[in-house]
Amino acid sequence: MTAGHIMACHDCDLLHRLPAVADGMRANCCRCGAALARPKRNGLERALALALTGLVLLVLANSFPFLGFKIQGQVRETLLLTGIRQLYMQDMEAVAVLVFITTVLAPLTQLMALVYILLPLKLNRRAPGMFRVFRWLRRIEPWSMMEVFMLGILVSVVKLAKMAQIIPGIASFCFMALIFVLAACMASLDPHVVWEQWEENQ
Amino acid sequence: MSPAARTAQTASLVSCTVCHLLLRRRPAASGPVGNCPRCGAALHARKPNSIARTWALVIAAFIFYIPANVLPITKVTSLGMTQSDTIMSGVIYFVQTGMWPIALVIFIASIFVPVLKLLMLLFLVISVQRRSTWRPKDRTRLYRITEAVGRWSMTDIFVVTILVALVHLGALANIEAQAGAVFFAAVVVITMLAAMSFDPRLIWDVKEPQDECEYPA
Repeated sequence: MTAGHIMACHDCDLLHRLPAVADGMRANCCRCGAALARPKRNGLERALALALTGLVLLVLANSFPFLGFKIQGQVRETLLLTGIRQLYMQDMEAVAVLVFITTVLAPLTQLMALVYILLPLKLNRRAPGMFRVFRWLRRIEPWSMMEVFMLGILVSVVKLAKMAQIIPGIASFCFMALIFVLAACMASLDPHVVWEQWEENQ
Repeated sequence: MSPAARTAQTASLVSCTVCHLLLRRRPAASGPVGNCPRCGAALHARKPNSIARTWALVIAAFIFYIPANVLPITKVTSLGMTQSDTIMSGVIYFVQTGMWPIALVIFIASIFVPVLKLLMLLFLVISVQRRSTWRPKDRTRLYRITEAVGRWSMTDIFVVTILVALVHLGALANIEAQAGAVFFAAVVVITMLAAMSFDPRLIWDVKEPQDECEYPA
């Protein structure tokens, strides 16, 4: 971010005149320690590339079976959506909707919003309503829970291992990769860099 | 800008909570100040009714936590035998069968984290209400922890989803979700909303900012 800008710490409201922050470094609030700026080298490009990768992985993760379950000769393969549908049919609509939002809808919207913002920016353009989209992106972020879902997969596999043979499908590897891609994507994006680029394109 | 460190509020400024744009506030306005011209988010000097909302959500979460733990979350039917499991009985089952790492994961994610998070929020809200000046930096850190750990409580809900999807083999073996899962999901969502409605800047509002900063704005 441009040095000399004045900003308020989002955790304690203290005003700061930002020093020049080198790529890969972090500027912290001197009072409460919150990260004020954390620019990364080629952060914008990196985040865009990772968001596109994430979209591909998310589509794969939802189109292929993620776990197979073999018991006494019977094999059952499931998509992620199978579980959600099953919950829905068992009168657990609220839980089904929550799982759908946290594992499919939120990550999908998050990645699409990122591409929508970053791709035009990279081409020196400005996407219409970019800041509104960004606002929604920030709202959605806490509800995207791929990494927690992965822990859920691991626990389930161990839980069922005694009962039957579990065959991890293509989708579970996609999930695994997606977690790292999503985390790296969010880590390489400093929102202030986006504002800066946006102002430059104006 | 005066040489002493100031907060946005004392300088009659308001910082957009979403895009961090800093704006001048009309002197009379103390409530909502309109919308951010850049991202359209509603502008507030502090999150509206932060303390009341956090209290309400924390209490609601405590209430839902009881049925979430008392009612069964899954029902397993295998060859004519049915067994209902609560969160705790699942943990006990894993301990008894020697799979203590899994028992630990479920115990931490489903029982320990929600309670810990609620107690931490309770502590933060009460300390703010009592205008405590005790270690604000550590309390802010505590707030960041409550924000970060809450999501991991969803683990058990995801496990139920996966079990329900996989173990659906008619008379041979069948797992169904039960009412406890709904309450538990509600606890997770409510505690996340509670953490979001708390404003950590309230912790600092009782402090005079001059004394601790070396490079003031």
